[in-house]
Amino acid sequence: MSVIELVNVSKSWGGAVAVDDATFTVEDGSFLVLLGPSGCGKSTTLRMIAGLESVSAGTIRIAGNDVTHLPASKRRISMVFQSYALFPHLDTAENIIFGLRVRKVAAAERRERLNKVADTVGLGGLLDRKPSQLSGGQRQRVALARAIIAETGICLMDEPLSNLDAKLRHDMRVEIRGLQQRLGMTVIYVTHDQAEAMSMADKVILLRDGRIEQEGTPEDLYDHPATTFSASFIGTPPMNLFDLADGAGGAVISETGSGPVLDGPGQGFQLGIRPEHIRITAGAGIAARLLATDYLGADTIVSARIGGQSLLIRMPGRFHIGDDPNVNLRWPSEAVHVFDGQTGNRVNGRRAVDHAA
Amino acid sequence: MNHVYGWLLLLPAAVFLLAFTHYPTVATLMQSFFSESTALRPSVFVGLENYELLAEDEIFWKVLNNNLWYAAGTIPTSIAIAILMAIWVNRRLPGRGLVRMAYFTPTILPMIAVANIWLFFYTPEIGLFDQIGAVFGMPSQNWLGDPDLVLGSLIVMTIWKEAGFFMIFYLAALQSLPPELEEAAHLEGAGRWYFFWRVTFPLLMPTTLFVMINAVINSFKMVDHLFILTKGGPDNASSLLLYYIFEVAFSFFDESYAATLTVVLLVLLAVIAVGQFVLMDKRIHYR
Ligand SMILES: Nc1ncnc2c1ncn2[C@@H]1O[C@H](COP(=O)(O)OP(=O)(O)O)[C@@H](O)[C@H]1O
Ligand SMILES: [Mg+2]
Repeated sequence: MSVIELVNVSKSWGGAVAVDDATFTVEDGSFLVLLGPSGCGKSTTLRMIAGLESVSAGTIRIAGNDVTHLPASKRRISMVFQSYALFPHLDTAENIIFGLRVRKVAAAERRERLNKVADTVGLGGLLDRKPSQLSGGQRQRVALARAIIAETGICLMDEPLSNLDAKLRHDMRVEIRGLQQRLGMTVIYVTHDQAEAMSMADKVILLRDGRIEQEGTPEDLYDHPATTFSASFIGTPPMNLFDLADGAGGAVISETGSGPVLDGPGQGFQLGIRPEHIRITAGAGIAARLLATDYLGADTIVSARIGGQSLLIRMPGRFHIGDDPNVNLRWPSEAVHVFDGQTGNRVNGRRAVDHAA
Repeated sequence: MNHVYGWLLLLPAAVFLLAFTHYPTVATLMQSFFSESTALRPSVFVGLENYELLAEDEIFWKVLNNNLWYAAGTIPTSIAIAILMAIWVNRRLPGRGLVRMAYFTPTILPMIAVANIWLFFYTPEIGLFDQIGAVFGMPSQNWLGDPDLVLGSLIVMTIWKEAGFFMIFYLAALQSLPPELEEAAHLEGAGRWYFFWRVTFPLLMPTTLFVMINAVINSFKMVDHLFILTKGGPDNASSLLLYYIFEVAFSFFDESYAATLTVVLLVLLAVIAVGQFVLMDKRIHYR
């Protein structure tokens, strides 16, 4: 069952369109991530759902009710802000129970819920501290606690982890996802970090310039990118894209003398292949020249060139370029993605040439 | 070597402060223990005699009483109006800059000019207030000539002058509050009124303390308008402490007694300022 529904929702400021005709649903108890580069309209979408921003066109429904023109205070939604938005003059406990006081929840129940939530997010000993006496991670927890104590069932988060350091960000990622599953919350989570989206989401909505570029599970986005934009946004490093040309035995990578990579025509198409699917081989394959390596511990990112087109290859472990940088590359035919060179849209049904064969 | 250099840097400022602030203060204090010198009798040490005189001076008590009413009448109201105006012009409203400027205009006018404008407002029969009153059938009032009305009239004018000035401080403070706080509060179900009392007002407390101390000092310091409007009359009904000091010193030429009054005024202001700090500091959240 879907709890949140957006139907043809748009938002513009004067002439500038921030969100253009967005339609999607969020399932009850699921974790939805709005992903996209900075300025693509993620926050605006989230703020329209929260009621903090008016809607230019379209309808928003929550639990079946039209809330398009309902003020934020009536929507029964909680939110975690990027800046946390904690009240600086109130201590941790008062920050967390702010909403309970507004809604005149009895003191005994307030205390009970506060203790439960403080335990859940691990703020036990810090209830009488002011936000200025807390670390970034602890403030983040207070903001989370304030969102979950409301028991609204729906929680919106706008880049909640972007002010934390890398290690803490990873821990909080796991923790937020765990909390969401344990409490059965419906979460809409905004981020520009595709790794965050991949690791946390049940469903990802990829936005580009205010439009939905692709919608699907993390696996969908990774395995079947709908456009070259999706392909190059998901994955670190992102998918390699090559321009193709017509060749003798099929499509060839343009500006190279290498053999065919695809049956049929090549002109006007692009071939996509993920860095982790490329293997360096002594046998037959596409001729390439290795240029440099970037050692990351578990693997090494090798930059290379096929003719005039550059690409990245992910090699497991530590990798050194040998005396002869000229090598052959191959990849399994099922790892090949084909896109229309003009529109960037995915083209299905093309058969890749398997170099292993 | 280094701190010699430091002291040298401090020297010019220190000299001016000593010469024009600290020395006159001490000199005034000294003078208040001496009698006024006349052609026949030189000034002699009289101990607390001047202060005994002051305790029995009916005009002093009346003027002090006036001043307390004047402070009580102007300060809370002008602060409340300042906060209201600041919140209002902090909104996204058309012509915001113009409205802000309009509210601020009274502040940049010299008090003498303000008094002249209000003299016209308060003139019986032909003044603005009486003319407006006449439309609604109200009798003419002698706003500045009636002992029961004159202090109130001065209070209204002072609020008009001061509120815009205080508004600027509140506006600056409001603009430093992150807008997410209000958004977060709304999402928690809080209305405007609740948010103001629970969040905005406490966060404005440092500004309020600053404005309050300024307002108190101002209410004892402002006399310019009295020269234009009332000269302290009728029957000292509108005279304030500083105006009385001026009269004693430069109309009655009793410098010793003026010094005594000055000392009392200084002590009063110091006690109020320190009191405000000590009382309010604990309850203020500084960011
Ligand atoms: N209050 C506003 N007024 C005008 N334009 C805005 C406003 N807020 C956002 N925008 C514009 O809308 C677009 C989307 O913004 P936003 O939703 O904040 O992007 P994101 O969160 O994805 O980085 C941007 O081009 C931004 O400049
Ligand atoms: Mg944003």
